[in-house]
Amino acid sequence: MSQAIAFYFISACILGFAVLVITTKDTVHSVLFLVLDFLFVAALYVLLGAQFLAAIQILVYAGGIVVLYLFVVMLVNLKRPPEAHQDPHRRANWGLALSVAVLVELGAVGAYSYARPAPALAAAATPAMPVTGNTEQVGWLLYTSYLIPFEIASMLLLVAMIGAIVLAKREL
Amino acid sequence: MVDTLVIPLLKIVIVLNATLVAVTYMVLLERKVIAWAQSRLGPMRVGPYGILQPVADAVKLMIKEDITPVRADKWVFTAAPIISMVPALIVYAVIPFGPKITLFGRQVSLYITDINVGLLYIVSVASVGVYGIILAGYASNSKFPLLASLRASAQLISYEVAVTLTLVSVILMAGTLSMVGIVDAQYNQHVWYVIAQPVAFVLVLIGGLAETNRAPFDLPEAEQELTGGFHTEYSGMRFALFFLAEYANMIVVSSVVTTLFLGGWLPPFPNTPALHFLYAIPSWIWFFLKSFFFLYVFIWVRATLPRYRYDQLMRLGWKVLIPLAILNLVVTGIVKVMLM
Repeated sequence: MSQAIAFYFISACILGFAVLVITTKDTVHSVLFLVLDFLFVAALYVLLGAQFLAAIQILVYAGGIVVLYLFVVMLVNLKRPPEAHQDPHRRANWGLALSVAVLVELGAVGAYSYARPAPALAAAATPAMPVTGNTEQVGWLLYTSYLIPFEIASMLLLVAMIGAIVLAKREL
Repeated sequence: MVDTLVIPLLKIVIVLNATLVAVTYMVLLERKVIAWAQSRLGPMRVGPYGILQPVADAVKLMIKEDITPVRADKWVFTAAPIISMVPALIVYAVIPFGPKITLFGRQVSLYITDINVGLLYIVSVASVGVYGIILAGYASNSKFPLLASLRASAQLISYEVAVTLTLVSVILMAGTLSMVGIVDAQYNQHVWYVIAQPVAFVLVLIGGLAETNRAPFDLPEAEQELTGGFHTEYSGMRFALFFLAEYANMIVVSSVVTTLFLGGWLPPFPNTPALHFLYAIPSWIWFFLKSFFFLYVFIWVRATLPRYRYDQLMRLGWKVLIPLAILNLVVTGIVKVMLM
């Protein structure tokens, strides 16, 4: 019962802050609401028993990436760019099309999972693991079942890093 | 009921109050030590040898006028001191001051909680603290605080990388992220990690100085160039909150370094039978002695070393500390695999 109350409260906060992120006029305030949003997402992870993921969420997103966002927002002079296109409804049309696409996608996912209920994931995955504890289990899964995707992801990050260095330092 | 609610709440109240008292007395200690280093007496007027000076300071700060600049971003201006204070305080939830002891016939642990991701929790909470400084500079709507806060955020982000990378090699040694687990690992491996990981110890200490904006890395509040730094526009209790947060962070860094490298609450050479009489001194006293030593080192460094220049600071962070941290991590990994 208390779990359900906590879940709905945190989810409501996440959605509320997400709305505030896109409706606030001041860009810095909007970034701050984004931080609050990430903190509540971390709270949701804790509620689900994924403490490791929660700590990583705060460390990487709230503590790292959004600080850089804030940096950029504070440094760059944010004036409204000159209207490039004549059609004033262009943006509204794009927004409408995108939201319809997302709704259709959500509906499809919902219908699919309603038609074929997913097998109990947690029960299926746990017995094979020889380690206990949240961090150990995440590590075990990453280095056994999900080794290839994990390595590919790290490869992608490495490529991104090299790309950033090449872009920033043209005459090395 | 008593074990799940009353005792934890009691521990939280005790730890928070002890921290705040310790922080106010840290200020006095710093003034005294720096005065001695410069052949002065330091505060002497309030109470014998000035020991009531923190009380006078607190009263003074509380009755000062609280000014918010007209052009400031009011909400963010109010929130910034709170944002820098809260992370400094909630980190104490996972710092182990001692093991489980028996008190009045009841098992009581001398830490608030021991979570599976303790060290990661500390690192991530500390990384949120940087918002206090950035937002204070931004919300003041004034050029010196803004410059200071940009410096501060660049500095904190750079050194965070170095410190976190270094901590990984300690985690590799201990095989756990839990703070209590790391102390137990030092007991079981018969060695304090300051001996097993000397490079990591030095790196974390330097990084800790930079993360708490202490001299010689106190560029965000370099008085000569930035008037007062990111808190120029703050007065009264709000200014005091920034001040308290800095000292609370110093205590956090001292406690974390003590736990990771000096065996936390363990006496020296915990497994040598000839030295077992050292257990006569309670565990938490060992912890406080070691932490106090690091707090003294912080002040000592401030009284000794001149401030770094900004480009030197960045060069040290990215070109010395981070490569050393990576090298240390690789060597630790190789040695660990070879010993297995």
